[in-house]
Amino acid sequence: MNITLKVWKQKNNNERGRFETYQVKEVSPDMSFLEMFDVLNEDLITEGKEPIAFDHDCREGICGMCSMYINGRPHGPLQGVTTCQLHMRSFRDGDTIVVEPWRAAAFPVIKDLAVDRSAFDRIMAAGGFVSVNTGNAQDANNILIPKTDADLAFEAAACIGCGACVAACKNSSAMLFVSAKVSQLALLPQGQVERQERVISMVNQMDEEGFGSCTNTGACEAECPKSISVENIARLNREYLSAKITK
Amino acid sequence: MTSSKIDAHIPEGPMAEKWSKYRSTVHLVNPANKRHLEIIVVGSGLAGASAAATLAELGYKVKVFCFQDSARRAHSIAAQGGINAAKNYQNDGDSVYRLFYDTVKGGDYRSREANTHRLAEVSGNIIDQCVAQGVPFAREYGGLLSNRSFGGVLVQRTFYAAGQTGQQLLLGAYSGLMRQVGVGAVKMYARHEMLDIVNIDGKCRGIIARDLITGKLERHFGHAVLLCSGGYGNAYYLSTNAMGSNVTAAWKAHKKGAFFGNPCYTQIHPTCIPVSGDHQSKLTLMSESLRNDGRIWVPKKKEDAEAVRSGKLNPNDIKPEDRDYYLERRYPAYGNLVPRDVASRAAKERCDAGFGVNATGEAVFLDFAYNLRYKYGQMEAIKHGIENPTEQQLFDLGKEVVKEKYGNLFDMYKQITGVDPYHNPMMIYPAVHYTMGGLWVDYNLMTTVPGLYALGEANFSDHGANRLGASALMQGLADGYFVIPYTIGDYLSHEIGTKAISTDHEAFVSAEKDVREKLEKLMNVKGTKSVDHFHKKLGKIMWEKCGMARNATGLKEAITEIQELRKQFWADVRIPGELNDFNPELEKAGRVADFLELGELMCMDALQRNESCGGHFREEYQTEEGEAKRDDENFAFVSAWERTGENQWYMHKEELKFEYIKIAQRSYK
Amino acid sequence: MSSNNFLSLFNSSVGKKVIMAVTGLFICVFLIVHVAGNFQLFKADSGLSFNKYAVLMTTNPFIKTISYLLYTFIIVHAIRGIMIEIENRRARPVKYAKYNGNANSKWASRNMGILGTILLVFIVVHMHDFWYNYKFGHTPFTLYKTELATGNLVDVKDMGPDFKMGSKMEEMMAGDYKYVIVKDLYKEVKEEFKRLLWVVFYVVCMGAVSFHLYHGFRSGFQSLGLNSRKYNNVFQTIGTWVFAIIIPLSFAAMPLYFYFNQ
Repeated sequence: MNITLKVWKQKNNNERGRFETYQVKEVSPDMSFLEMFDVLNEDLITEGKEPIAFDHDCREGICGMCSMYINGRPHGPLQGVTTCQLHMRSFRDGDTIVVEPWRAAAFPVIKDLAVDRSAFDRIMAAGGFVSVNTGNAQDANNILIPKTDADLAFEAAACIGCGACVAACKNSSAMLFVSAKVSQLALLPQGQVERQERVISMVNQMDEEGFGSCTNTGACEAECPKSISVENIARLNREYLSAKITK
Repeated sequence: MTSSKIDAHIPEGPMAEKWSKYRSTVHLVNPANKRHLEIIVVGSGLAGASAAATLAELGYKVKVFCFQDSARRAHSIAAQGGINAAKNYQNDGDSVYRLFYDTVKGGDYRSREANTHRLAEVSGNIIDQCVAQGVPFAREYGGLLSNRSFGGVLVQRTFYAAGQTGQQLLLGAYSGLMRQVGVGAVKMYARHEMLDIVNIDGKCRGIIARDLITGKLERHFGHAVLLCSGGYGNAYYLSTNAMGSNVTAAWKAHKKGAFFGNPCYTQIHPTCIPVSGDHQSKLTLMSESLRNDGRIWVPKKKEDAEAVRSGKLNPNDIKPEDRDYYLERRYPAYGNLVPRDVASRAAKERCDAGFGVNATGEAVFLDFAYNLRYKYGQMEAIKHGIENPTEQQLFDLGKEVVKEKYGNLFDMYKQITGVDPYHNPMMIYPAVHYTMGGLWVDYNLMTTVPGLYALGEANFSDHGANRLGASALMQGLADGYFVIPYTIGDYLSHEIGTKAISTDHEAFVSAEKDVREKLEKLMNVKGTKSVDHFHKKLGKIMWEKCGMARNATGLKEAITEIQELRKQFWADVRIPGELNDFNPELEKAGRVADFLELGELMCMDALQRNESCGGHFREEYQTEEGEAKRDDENFAFVSAWERTGENQWYMHKEELKFEYIKIAQRSYK
Repeated sequence: MSSNNFLSLFNSSVGKKVIMAVTGLFICVFLIVHVAGNFQLFKADSGLSFNKYAVLMTTNPFIKTISYLLYTFIIVHAIRGIMIEIENRRARPVKYAKYNGNANSKWASRNMGILGTILLVFIVVHMHDFWYNYKFGHTPFTLYKTELATGNLVDVKDMGPDFKMGSKMEEMMAGDYKYVIVKDLYKEVKEEFKRLLWVVFYVVCMGAVSFHLYHGFRSGFQSLGLNSRKYNNVFQTIGTWVFAIIIPLSFAAMPLYFYFNQ
């Protein structure tokens, strides 16, 4: 396959970016999307040009590091996969592929396709935890949790923090990310003590980071590589409202 | 026989009481003094995050460094299967002793008894801690925790969260860490890479780290430094490790005096998706559980194998009598369920003999067709009262069951290979997965450099020569949550009088200078080949000569080849971009430079170990049937390598004494 | 850590959406009343029922209270909506060069701001034409003469431009007849919809109502946290059928009816 790539190049967050066009020849359909970038970068390096900077690590869809906005969609054309799990057989010979970084005020560009998602960490630090010091835990089976609750909590906890929800949302809202953690802990008995404080702190931090608000378009759910449901956003709304009213 | 330069500091007393007694008598630091003691943690995986959170809870001032953009992305996240704990929730006779025994036996009697016993002792607390944090483990309908069994043991002691146990455990530890970040007890340095340790008066007192965004070098002081930086499987280039996983932190420490333990012990996992071409950047694991229902085979006739390779023959058309179910043939008792190292070597043997089934000749079939139709399909047909079901009916009925059991894995396989495994046999091949070796540590997890600790996969660990499934997560969290918080007191209690040392101290200045010069040297090579070019070459040497099967000739060749490759690297590598900028190629170059040194040591260690044990298989030391032959007489020791000069090492030995477990031969026939 | 008085709720991104949801859903309920009342336009009594309904709506103290609440809500909904739209645009300062929104979301959901702006313009025009003119303008009076025994309307008489009256409607009995003098909003409607441009404007705006409510009704529940697998279908069905189809179509039928029945 031969592919034309239009890739966003930006030296850092202070400078303006632009698109650069690259031809990638002899692409194997078995290559992953990132391996195609590897091959291109290898060529660029040997030609003495600067390679394209992009984030990636585990390359098996779980670390949440890879973050490419491909042909108008985060993580590309397939549902339920990350960029690293996307393979070139999802494209056709001769295709032109436009690749951009996640775009959000809260995710400033570091370089080219790599962005700074530390806002997510700060939201987690604001309340995405159960305050239990090591050594204080009771026997694990003393806490009974209905299987349905455990399963729902697990589905929410499957979030990999990649930020595709923010990238997909027309408002760059982080509601799916925040709601996944709020839901996980609201569904479990261990999370009850700090339930109200948690949701308020996390939403406050989310707002401070400059994410937009939720318009319920559902784009986040559709593009989430772990298919996390917007039901979690409704749960966050509920939790937040009741916390604000009663606390 | 143990070298005088190393002392494991194993407490006296009976095995079952060593840890509890030691924990109760180890020196403590007064809470008021903890606030003045600073600890640096490098790496934010299970070991690093759990250690940092716990130490901060205790009142220490903690700094955490990770090269990823967030602590949550450490590669612990990718562990699938589960975490072992001797809870005996299933009432199937599990106990601390049994877990201890299984781990020592699984490690082929090359681990340190006292450490392994402690690991088994704290395993239960880990589960309690994780559940309290809100880790959503799988549950039964009654609300109790669910368990499953894993390879190499006879009890159900593995706790899991679907196929994402590592993710859930790491996010639990990460949440504890972020809580401490939120209250200011931990300062987090993401996108920072540790590039050296700083020793002052024989003690580790800090690190030099590079801010990966700006490229600036930073000096950080700590009363103690904890390396929780994971394993070095990426020395093989292709592995199931993340792209960024590296040995750099451990290697820099090694170069500054920390001995390296058992570098040759590498775990090769038998069921990974095979390499599809030169572009391949990483290998994906397919859960070991697939071997419960998949039958492993290659064609009996070479011409069939050739026809399959060239695409002229559909494997489904090969008659049963023309298939070689080689595991079932060689190991009738365990069949397809032999341990990881055995299954891996058997696949390699068949492929080397010319029976490999993919274009590269390095793949075997993992075939569900038989069990799908005649195990599950038949059972369902009986359930549904279908008499004389057609082949199609059996397929349809069986497919539903297989989908229920392994659906996500089948989808993943199809996603990666483009082949539908319901209709075609999967192709698998072994891949590097975990490294049992690592920095040598004593019972306190301290390396041979005072004040420098190694936790989790970064230390030479409790797994001996082979790690059992679901034990890596256990070890990482045990070290971080329940071992280091106590054992570090033994050292820090003597440091309460040590004031924070200014990073203007000459040791910091010169360490930073050395790091800068090394980086500049890399940038200034200005050669013609990319970093990956060299990394791939190293990987090939390591895989072929220090991989699943090793021999003295190959290892000697490998050492020469690596030395040569290292020269080429320093003469011809090209790193684009700038030193003081976000420069992923420079990061890679530094890591590969270290792998190019480590690779040689791995080969040296493999060469000196004239026996086969666990993940280390020397072709010269095998039984007539081709099984591993251990030499307990001469090799029941940990090799602890001291670096004595530029790529020169001296091997110290730590003798392994088995007082509570009787050594026996492993057999799976 | 966080300011936690109740009012701070409305400064948060979640609270802002709650405001949108509460005001929006209230307006939805009003639309049901509005469309039901407007069905009087189709009654063949030269507008008597419709005019009486108009009087009721503007004089009954309870309804008046509700309607002032409604006006407030419309204003709040509009202003908050505009502010949210501005904030949301600020959250993505650099736009995507290639954007494939249809792959993951419905068009209406992504264009609530534009649709809402159209509706705001519509409401201003609509209120000016009918509400403002009715209350403060020169809406003429009409006399309806009904036979008491049969209820049949026997005469309708324009009171002329100079006629003035203290109230909007007076009723009196005289002999076998009942006389009603009432402000004739019906006539205004009729006049208005003789103009094609006006008809087109109204019909187009009802299209905007349809899309706005197709997303808005269901979305309002989501913003209030009301999302459950059990009831989602009910919300969506009501949102689609009642608010995106029946109500806009009914409203759109009115100008068309007058235009084609001149």
